Amino acid sequence: MATLHTVNKSPFEKRSLDCCIRHANPGSAILLIEDGVYGALKDTAVSDKVSGALDGRKVYVLGPDLHARGMSDDRVIDGVEVVDYAAFVDLVTEHDRVQAWL
Amino acid sequence: MKLAVLVNEGPYQHQAADSALQFTKAALEKGHEIFRVFFYHDGVHNGTRLGVPPQDDRNVTQQWSELAEKHNLDLVVCVAAAQRRGILDASEAKRHGKDADNIAPGFRISGLGQLIEAGIQAERLVVFGD
Repeated sequence: MATLHTVNKSPFEKRSLDCCIRHANPGSAILLIEDGVYGALKDTAVSDKVSGALDGRKVYVLGPDLHARGMSDDRVIDGVEVVDYAAFVDLVTEHDRVQAWL
Repeated sequence: MKLAVLVNEGPYQHQAADSALQFTKAALEKGHEIFRVFFYHDGVHNGTRLGVPPQDDRNVTQQWSELAEKHNLDLVVCVAAAQRRGILDASEAKRHGKDADNIAPGFRISGLGQLIEAGIQAERLVVFGD
């Protein structure tokens, strides 16, 4: 009974990523979209927290939103997977439910 | 798989309307069924046919309308949210004594029960919003 969590706000603007990580059970997945992609970057104030979330969970970042903000894949935390919209659809169908942290 | 989409944000506000549109397109391309797209709160602004974005900008409403026509999508605008924000179809305009309607092609106005039904009938409900 795995959940896909989506986070669409920057962790430097809202607490939604923090809330999401606290609630996301082992085996669940977190997908960072829109301004949420800032949470996927290396060497920020929240990088350690996101790296920690990778223990038992999968973390994904939506590539088109990352690239639209001028960032390349090599700036993403090791272990965080860059995906496209087709893979976003697959993540939705592969998980039992989707929880949007708006 | 049967999917439903909920859009809670208007176009050109942040990115939720664009994300919902791109997700819906990707799901259709993969052969999934979109049971319904429900527009709630400021999301109802996606359904006005009177928007005129600059020529070099995307027309979100038109993209929804074209997608609906191509794939026979059910685009439903919440009636209570729509009335508050001035989104009317012909019958709602007549009922409230207004001189015009502005619902975009492919959209229809209905109640919140349509969202509940989408949540029950679809295997996944994906929410986009502010």
